[in-house]
Amino acid sequence: MKGSQAIIKSLTDEGVDVVFGYPGGVLLPLYDVIYDSDLKHILVRHEQCAAHAADGYARASGKVGVCIGTSGPGATNLVTGIATAYMDSAPIVALAGQVGTSLIGNDAFQEVDTIGITMPISKHSYQAMESSEIPQMIRSSFYIARTGRPGPVVVDLPKDVQEGELDYPENITIDLPGYKPTKKGHPLQVKKAAELILKSKKPVILAGGGVIHSNSSEELQHLSELIGAPVTTSLMGKGCFPEDNLLSLGMLGMHGRKSSNMMVDECDCLIAVGCRFSDRTTGDVNKFAPNAKIIHIDVDPAEIGKNVDVSVPIVGDAKIILSHLLRIMSQTNGPNNHDWTDYVRNFRASCMPRLSFDDMPLKPQQVIKEISEAVTDDTIVTTDVGQNQMWMAHYFTSRNPRKFLSSGGLGTMGFGFPAAMGAKVAMPDEDVVAVCGDGGFLMVCQDLATVKEYDIPVVVCVLDNRYLGMVFQWQKLFYDERISQTKLKAMPDFVKLAEAFGVNAYRVERPGEMKETLKNALNSGEPTLIDVMIDPDEILPMVPPGCGLTEIVGEYKVERENPNEIPYRPSAQETGGD
Amino acid sequence: MDEQRSHIISALVLHRPGVLQRVAGLFTRRGFNIDSITVGPSEQDGMARMTIISRGDDKILEQITKQLNKIIEVIKVRDLDAEGTVIRELCLIKTHATSERSRSEIIQYANIFRGRIVDAGPENLTLEITGTPEKIDALIDLLRGFGIKEISRTGPTAISRGSKTI
Ligand SMILES: Cc1ncc(C[n+]2csc(CCOP(=O)(O)OP(=O)(O)O)c2C)c(N)n1
Repeated sequence: MKGSQAIIKSLTDEGVDVVFGYPGGVLLPLYDVIYDSDLKHILVRHEQCAAHAADGYARASGKVGVCIGTSGPGATNLVTGIATAYMDSAPIVALAGQVGTSLIGNDAFQEVDTIGITMPISKHSYQAMESSEIPQMIRSSFYIARTGRPGPVVVDLPKDVQEGELDYPENITIDLPGYKPTKKGHPLQVKKAAELILKSKKPVILAGGGVIHSNSSEELQHLSELIGAPVTTSLMGKGCFPEDNLLSLGMLGMHGRKSSNMMVDECDCLIAVGCRFSDRTTGDVNKFAPNAKIIHIDVDPAEIGKNVDVSVPIVGDAKIILSHLLRIMSQTNGPNNHDWTDYVRNFRASCMPRLSFDDMPLKPQQVIKEISEAVTDDTIVTTDVGQNQMWMAHYFTSRNPRKFLSSGGLGTMGFGFPAAMGAKVAMPDEDVVAVCGDGGFLMVCQDLATVKEYDIPVVVCVLDNRYLGMVFQWQKLFYDERISQTKLKAMPDFVKLAEAFGVNAYRVERPGEMKETLKNALNSGEPTLIDVMIDPDEILPMVPPGCGLTEIVGEYKVERENPNEIPYRPSAQETGGD
Repeated sequence: MDEQRSHIISALVLHRPGVLQRVAGLFTRRGFNIDSITVGPSEQDGMARMTIISRGDDKILEQITKQLNKIIEVIKVRDLDAEGTVIRELCLIKTHATSERSRSEIIQYANIFRGRIVDAGPENLTLEITGTPEKIDALIDLLRGFGIKEISRTGPTAISRGSKTI
């Protein structure tokens, strides 16, 4: 068969049924085969959206997402999406077209060194120089993308390699002598961790995206229950522990919740699972968890000791290690941490954020509260980057893994909407809501055409403050209110913009409207945009860069009436049936 | 705190195009120091051995080894301790040599350092020397007086002493 046919066969053999892509000259052989293949191809309107959509697909489903871009500009447009996936360990395979092998290196038309460009932002990359290499390469790419610490893999496919003939091998074995991710944790280390936990009086669990990747939410919850430890998460870990649990502290870090930042400061034992201690999570590392011995569980050995010194390092798959840890611990009486647990619960209640506001323009807290009330636990929400993201991280209550998707490591504006598109394609039965800032959404709004064409019924909520809100906030707090280039003076009418694409759109301005509008939009089963006019002056308390986690600036608005109030959300049973 | 030391890192890698770029790129991207890097085929088919000389404290070294290990084509990485390691570098030195006196002196120096004259012209001599980088530095210092026209060094390569292998 031809190289291009081998690409499609390799994809289908990997169980791929949908790809996000954009064609080009060097991809003509591949697209010619796509023309009569069963593979569903979604034509995005910008390659960056193809990569983000593949990423959203991967994060929502746990499967590998696939995106395609042509050589040169197609490949460079994929780059932001590949880097985003790399920073957040999302498994995607990016197929890039390349000029013919005889032209490589000649600065041929639309030639770019895709391998060179993507080397530092991908888990691995391949360039096929012979058609016969394709099956093995694609197979290995998927294997590398989804195993160990997941990540993006790039495959560069020159035009003549797509056209050449090959015999598709009957059996393909993975032969990667340098790649053997550790799964089981070292038993001695696990034992040490158990002993340390048993001795501790004030344990805290810090859960990151690794808990979600390894599907170990349940084990994590058992551990928390067993030892009475509160759980805080990184942005990537949001949803891996139910945030309405009285032991949930919310997100940690620069833009984290006070409850998390204070309890991590106090704890004597920090059990970090599948997180990488990014500077946004730790604040000044020298002031991070000053009283704690740290246990760090991670599948990537290089993450252990990279940013924070740890007492007990354990390399391996979080699910296997947590189960092992639970087996050891359940044979003991467990530590008696009742005092700590009570203390944490009370502290948590004392700083529950206030959510209800009647103000006009709308307060973001109120908007997020109404979003929470309009969706179910199974709804997948994505965020863009900026204040919208941090408001969601703070005020939106997540109860399940893979339901909160956000660009953490790279902080990519323009992620939210295409990621929602990918998530909806992956999980057509779940509602998908993207919460974006006006700046970030405008970067990718052309893909409204895609959701319309393929009838991908996501709901995009644009939190419209006419500012590059997060940067504006920093200028207000740290640059003497010198508002340099963050006011968005000319902006489109987002409702008209959506309508121009044939997408339904509504504007929300008053308290109470968001909930109804979002519910209706979700029920309509059609792609919808909701333009939400919010107060640009509302800011979120934060830890200034370079400070310790307790050195928070800005006033937390605290819910005093009903400290344990969480937005009401009907359970699955209540909504079931319709 | 931790002191900065020079480390000899030996890595067994798949002998494929782009591997050197991956390794060198890793050092640049992560801000690791790189003094020299040499690479050539190893005893095993399809595998090359790299010797990387790098400076850094223990923490940095740990990161270097761990990050190197993450590269799919890297099979094994070891930090060789200086005492238990044979380190050699090859250097070619072209000196200015017009008078009979300077020519015979240069030849004498070459002999003392167990180097060889590998090329001669009416106005120059080229010496080949292998040894530790320090020994090569010493010879270069001695030859400076004659007027060095060109130096080409390979950078050190290394192998552990005794029966140990990586
Ligand atoms: C591609 C990209 N460019 C620039 C930034 C820097 N940045 C971070 S947040 C932000 C403001 C985002 O504004 P908006 O999308 O309106 O969201 P808001 O903060 O108002 O919710 C900017 C410019 C970024 N994260 N990504």
